[in-house]
Amino acid sequence: MTEKIGVYVCHCGSNIAGVVDVEDVAKWAAEKLGHQGVVIARDYKFMCSSLGQELIEKDIKELGLTRVVVAACSPHLHEKTFRIAAQNAGLNPYLVELASIREQVSWVHTDKAVATAKSKAVVSGAVSRVIENAPLEEIKVPINPNTLVVGGGIAGIQSALEIANAGFHVYLVEREPSIGGHMAQFDKTFPTLDCSACILTPRMVEAGTHPNITLLTWSEVVNVAGYVGNFNVTIKKKARFVNEELCTGCGICQEKCPKKVIDDVYEAGLGYRKAVYTPFAQAVPNYPVMDKENCIYFEKGTCKACEKFCPTNAIDFNQQDQLLNVEVGNIILATGYDLFDARRVSNYGYGRLPNVFTSLEFERLSNAAGPTNGNIVLRDGKTMPKSVGIIHCVGSRDRNFNNYCSVICCMQGLKFAHLVHERTGATVYNFYIDMRTAYKAYDEFYQRVLEEGTLFVRGKVAEVTDAARYSNERGKLIVQTEDTLAGKQRRIPVDMVILSSGLQPRHDAKEVGKMFGISCSTDGWFTEKHPKLDPVATMTEGIYIVGCAQGPKDIPSSVAQGAAASARVLDKILQREVALEPIKATVNKEMCSGCRICNGLCPFNAIAFIADDNVSEINPALCQGCGTCVAACPAGAISGTGFSNEQINAQIDGLLMKNLEPVGA
Amino acid sequence: MTDQFEPTIIGFTCNWCSYRAADLAGTARMKYAPNVRLIRLMCSGRLDPTFVLRALSGGADGVMITGCHPGECHYIEQNYKALRRFLLLKRVLTGLGIEPERVKLVWASAAEGAKFAAETTAFVEEIRKLGPLCWGKDEDGRMKDDEDIGNSSIKIHPSSFEKEVPA
Amino acid sequence: MNKYLLYPGCSMESSAKAYMESMNTILESLDLHFEEIEDWNCCGATEYLGINLIPAYSLIARNLALATKQMHPVNGTGGTRTVVAPCSACYLNLAKADHYMNERPSLGEKVNEALAAGGLHYEAGTLDVRHLIDILVYDVGLEKIREAVVHPLTGLKVVPYMGCMLPRPDYQHRWSDHEHPTELDDLLRALGADVIDYPLTTECCGGHMTQIGPETAFELIRRLVADADERGAQMMVTVCPMCQMNVDAYQNEMNNYFGTDYHIPILFFTQLMGLAFGKEPGELGIGVELVSSRNVLAGIGVEVPVTQEPAAPRKKDEGLPMPRRWTKHEGRKETVK
Repeated sequence: MTEKIGVYVCHCGSNIAGVVDVEDVAKWAAEKLGHQGVVIARDYKFMCSSLGQELIEKDIKELGLTRVVVAACSPHLHEKTFRIAAQNAGLNPYLVELASIREQVSWVHTDKAVATAKSKAVVSGAVSRVIENAPLEEIKVPINPNTLVVGGGIAGIQSALEIANAGFHVYLVEREPSIGGHMAQFDKTFPTLDCSACILTPRMVEAGTHPNITLLTWSEVVNVAGYVGNFNVTIKKKARFVNEELCTGCGICQEKCPKKVIDDVYEAGLGYRKAVYTPFAQAVPNYPVMDKENCIYFEKGTCKACEKFCPTNAIDFNQQDQLLNVEVGNIILATGYDLFDARRVSNYGYGRLPNVFTSLEFERLSNAAGPTNGNIVLRDGKTMPKSVGIIHCVGSRDRNFNNYCSVICCMQGLKFAHLVHERTGATVYNFYIDMRTAYKAYDEFYQRVLEEGTLFVRGKVAEVTDAARYSNERGKLIVQTEDTLAGKQRRIPVDMVILSSGLQPRHDAKEVGKMFGISCSTDGWFTEKHPKLDPVATMTEGIYIVGCAQGPKDIPSSVAQGAAASARVLDKILQREVALEPIKATVNKEMCSGCRICNGLCPFNAIAFIADDNVSEINPALCQGCGTCVAACPAGAISGTGFSNEQINAQIDGLLMKNLEPVGA
Repeated sequence: MTDQFEPTIIGFTCNWCSYRAADLAGTARMKYAPNVRLIRLMCSGRLDPTFVLRALSGGADGVMITGCHPGECHYIEQNYKALRRFLLLKRVLTGLGIEPERVKLVWASAAEGAKFAAETTAFVEEIRKLGPLCWGKDEDGRMKDDEDIGNSSIKIHPSSFEKEVPA
Repeated sequence: MNKYLLYPGCSMESSAKAYMESMNTILESLDLHFEEIEDWNCCGATEYLGINLIPAYSLIARNLALATKQMHPVNGTGGTRTVVAPCSACYLNLAKADHYMNERPSLGEKVNEALAAGGLHYEAGTLDVRHLIDILVYDVGLEKIREAVVHPLTGLKVVPYMGCMLPRPDYQHRWSDHEHPTELDDLLRALGADVIDYPLTTECCGGHMTQIGPETAFELIRRLVADADERGAQMMVTVCPMCQMNVDAYQNEMNNYFGTDYHIPILFFTQLMGLAFGKEPGELGIGVELVSSRNVLAGIGVEVPVTQEPAAPRKKDEGLPMPRRWTKHEGRKETVK
């Protein structure tokens, strides 16, 4: 035996030790795996703690260990921790192997004997494999200091500004004609009732004029290639049909455009815009876009009213979509949310009963710059409601739709209650299932709204109907609900119902995630690297997620995340280079027969055929390490570091070690 | 331990989807049959069919190959290559007189811990029904000595005689 | 020709005869062929499942088992695996049996044990159980129905009443919505009728509460009729024999109970389809309903032939005649004045 192997079995408190007899596993490894080279096997309460790591470091130094196996959690959690520990003790970090006996054993099995036996098998597999591990060196690549931020809502703006202010360049890409996101649609923000536009607009202007920010609105990312430090991103800049160089943002084109279109995005369907438009007065940038779908010229071939009246000849009907290529080192996704489509809850009648409104509709209704100049009126456009019902948790915390809590709806409902009360004096009912006001100054706001006289009914609303049963219900919307505090069914007639709709992942979040190489949770939100300790990073190095793209959250949390991700990016930029996993495939030219079977298998075009030598060659910069070519090579000429045939075959043999008892339930 | 046959199964997972599905099953404390021992690869495309044969000849009663869903491969399309090899491998197994059902392909995304757990348990039951493979094992299911592996120990399952080997 | 297997159900031969007649009348115009399941039996209605599950499911499944015998092409007419049930309760029971026999194999085994006594067997999932309106809207299609209209029901103000048994729990996701399905609205609109949005379209008609708790049923019927009346509807249109019977046969009693005076006739959608397709009211069973639709239909130019009017409701305080008095003179009869 040439290798000296140390085996370390972690208790993980009771997480592992509660189900697996860790002492037995360690004892067994020392006894039965001695012939493999195991010279020491220990168990310890928390291997990942500094004391646990020191234990390993000490053994490496004192016993001269040449290989280390740690039986603990998933390698995705602590592989790096133990590799660094090994490195500190002078052992190549790739000579450490993790055996997952927590996620794959103790957390998923209950029988102690069975779990212990399986742990032994897993340890045996790891010991056999680690013997075949080869020392590897990390590959260092330079980091491009530019950053891409996708999404110009408040989270994206915050991210972009933080990085730009630190002196590095940012490309801020926004799908809509203006940055601002959902926050630009709101009138007031809870709990301080700050005017949303007043606090947002200065940030938008700053982002729009910052010398370090390239603002690309009406644009979408269409392709992402490369890896951390060296992404190559293709951005489609959609034709605006307005020359940005010449446009002064005077607004005459919008005034003269004869085509009125319902604005489904900014006005949430409650107001109109023209075919050429800026979504709102304070839009950044302030030059308009032409909506080709609705433009009369594009439809019928005549009109061009905008062109005729434009004082600077900025209208250009010949503009084409442009594809831009940018090189960036890091990417922040701030793609936001879609509002839950309240029509899906058909018993609340949205879309059928005119005076049922969604939360975004109400935001526009209450906004001084909105379609009614901030007058809260019914859909007839003039009648002020005398009573208003606000229904919470629409589409959230409901297993028919979304299981999760949308976080903002309670506070949003309270804000609406305050605004309705203040501006119309109407009686306001809040129908809630639980009141969730957990944040600084949030519960105080709830108390304030309570004191203002808003009525609260705890219970899930069964339906909103216009089928009157009693005379006082005629011509009203009746909210049929269970009042769980009074213990009875109630029918409450109101003039207006506001649905505090939940938040949903963007309809295209899955495709976007795929493009950037990150995954979505079952609910569809982007998955963070660690739910507690790494909430803005993702499993893909160099890609960060902020704001509602990661999960429902309010403005302060979105801003905090935006800033947090920027700090992570700046950290990367300032390191100037990043270490990549040395998991690559290489061709042994002596063995290569030049059959070219591998050539067509690589989706990254990393394999080239060298005709002169009649062999294939792999470009390590392009190789991503999937190993498909390794498996395909009929001559066995390609080897994959980190996952070599020898390592995997040894692990198979180790897992199936003969004197292990068969394990079963 | 009960009298029922407890199969030993080797599971191959890809680093990005199915291994994370297994992690998620753990984090969510979902219970599944303990008969499967996992090996992590970077991609299901790394799966050399000889790994499967080695596992079967080394004492495994079944092999589960898992990867990202078609179209969701971290390496763009390499799981399709795993699919191709899997289909070919099944024919090879048939030719060797081994029930091709002993090898199963499962797609599981990183979010599908529940699916991973359910598929694992289901596969264990399927293999339990098929019985021990006895390739590289004594008739009582014990492993033979290492020297025995790979020569005379291949046992043809009686049912395989009835199956038509594709020409 | 599109062939389907028909499970008519008991109502269609008794209280909902008009439904059966009108359905048969319109089939030809839509190129549909329904083949009745031979020797079918009662589905157990809403009650039996509440009493004893296995016999109840066996009763239902016997029909499915019989239907499978008629699935295969016979004499070149083409095979089918779709069973059409025009009655909502029958539809729900058949669909329910198929669903649960599939979901709970132990139930399937027990049911099949019972069926085996009669030499029958049903493998869950073999058949597609669908309601008549589902076939009309999604297989035939609104376009084809619109084409068949020769006498549009313009000006006829109707509320569509789907009833509660059809859209829920919707095992196979067949309906546009569970709370407010719009299939009937769309179909009536295709016939040219003036369809009024009816928020109570899936509310309960009282079901068998008319038998065991009439006050409850009366209140449910009152809500339906009152709301239809308030919305200006001249007529309710339904897809369910139970709904039709409750709203029709108990409307008068409900009026008596509450002291109201509603008069909202309720017809089956197939009857209106027949009218729109130019069929005669007599072929469609129109005129036998208790709350007469004669005046309403006269408004769109349809003359309903006079059939025997149902007996007028009995005046409440009218006493019953006394038995004849005993007299010594045999053979002479005398009643007390």
